[in-house]
Amino acid sequence: MKVRLLDLCHARSGDKGDASDISLFANDEWAWGLIRRHVTKEKVTAYFRPVASGPVEMWEVPNVHALKFLVHGALGGGAPRSLRSDNLGKTFAAALLRMEIEVEE
Amino acid sequence: MRTVRIGAGQGFYGDSLLPVLDVARYGDVKYISFDTLAELTLAILQKGRRKDPTQGYTKDVVPMMRNLLPICREKGIKLITNAGGINPAGAARAVAAVARELGLGDLKIACVTGDDIYDRLDELAAQGVTFQDKETGQALGDVRERVLFASVYLGANVIADALRQGADVVITGRTTDTAQFLGPLLYEFGWGREEWNKLAQGIMLGHLMECSGQVSGGNLQVGWEDVPHLERIGYPVAEVSEDGSFVLTKPEGTGGAVTLRSVKEQFLYEIHDPTTYITPDVICDLTTTHLEQVGENRVRVSGTVGRPAPPTLKALLGYADGFMGEGYISFSWPKAYAKAKRAAEIIAKRLEMQGVKPQEMHVEYIGINSLWGALAPEPVDEDQINEVRLRIAIRTASKRDCEVLAREFPPLLLSGPPTASAVAGTPQPRELMGLWSTLIPRELIEPYAKVEVAAAAQWGVE
Repeated sequence: MKVRLLDLCHARSGDKGDASDISLFANDEWAWGLIRRHVTKEKVTAYFRPVASGPVEMWEVPNVHALKFLVHGALGGGAPRSLRSDNLGKTFAAALLRMEIEVEE
Repeated sequence: MRTVRIGAGQGFYGDSLLPVLDVARYGDVKYISFDTLAELTLAILQKGRRKDPTQGYTKDVVPMMRNLLPICREKGIKLITNAGGINPAGAARAVAAVARELGLGDLKIACVTGDDIYDRLDELAAQGVTFQDKETGQALGDVRERVLFASVYLGANVIADALRQGADVVITGRTTDTAQFLGPLLYEFGWGREEWNKLAQGIMLGHLMECSGQVSGGNLQVGWEDVPHLERIGYPVAEVSEDGSFVLTKPEGTGGAVTLRSVKEQFLYEIHDPTTYITPDVICDLTTTHLEQVGENRVRVSGTVGRPAPPTLKALLGYADGFMGEGYISFSWPKAYAKAKRAAEIIAKRLEMQGVKPQEMHVEYIGINSLWGALAPEPVDEDQINEVRLRIAIRTASKRDCEVLAREFPPLLLSGPPTASAVAGTPQPRELMGLWSTLIPRELIEPYAKVEVAAAAQWGVE
């Protein structure tokens, strides 16, 4: 079954240099189990590849049921040199929430 | 256990001037801290200072202080801000002038300097500082010639020093966001420089409060519909215990919401590696922090483990990196998106015909993909699209090329695809700035930090 992360999580994103810093929070224990298994670094890397020139780093933050991603090369060179309207990547959290994962029925 | 209450006043340069008034009047706080500097802000301030050397600080500190100083005098609230940007002395003079106008000439204002290393770059290089980029490892090389500002992030010690010297208002340059909040705690509780866990909790307090409304119901990704009265959002207030644990809340009667969800989103905001959040004061492990809702609009934060502060400080350099030119034009149904795409092709060819070769060209369709770029799915049914606004931005070495681009938009009204509108003048070329982060041994910086405290009556009076 395909599930959109929006139905399992909340998220927030910001910037540091040319990297988009995205936190993904599971809404509950069940969702935490799902995203821990199915939201992998490989999957997120592939998802952001169309806009990111660099690699993706990922960390687990179990005390708040969260996954943290750092998507390098996603902001057009960093806020003050970026040509993007969203030069701070404030909306990439929402973009991640639109990603779908395949979960057990 | 002794406690102290501290409030947040502003989360960035340009933040609203209103919520802080609720914090001052109804927050029952002893300190209000302002974080006004983001990476982008220093770039903006540098542009201001180049036009006028008395500028270079966040200008809204003036109306902010005009509103606040009378209330703070009455209630004995001290104010801490990094509004000094790249000209803290200029900010101190401007705030002192406001204080004098208000008849508060005896108000003690502290000005903290020593973070600005723009004039020390060659001297530091001679001492062996390589300015290698922290991310890429690249040497500074020819970027050196284009550097426009260079500031080191100082920690909370200088702020605590200023308070010990009796300051009512502390104005600094690039002290860290979190230092605005840890500084008063160092002063109040006399925490030792190696009480790492307490310092880590103080940093968490700062980190959670530094973005003002983002912890109390603003920018909440899911559930935002249910956050009450964002027009009167309460900026965060914390009740901090001597052991470093604290309860995050907001002033009585304000809107917004302090919930586990709102606090969590801010908790990990822009911190990168959660096990190693590096500040000049302590390195924090956010995977050890305990968050607990303990009442309505009350979240308790405790348990953060700290490790010894790093031997280096981060410096941020901004350098000139060409110009951005842009243009906008809107198209209506039918086939709005197709028309906008055709217009983009025409513009690209017109640039080519005039020999303009941008280093980068960025095309966005507002209403379709201007925020997500290539991550945005294409619309399924174009007939449902009422309108699309085309934006083209280019990066070039010359301002002239930017002007050529802007000049090509209005002619499309008559000679492009049909039903074009809203060209909205010709946007001016904008200077672009690259950012360069590097690490510098702290012993080369900290001896230069200076805290000057004087009554408002004395500041800037010849």
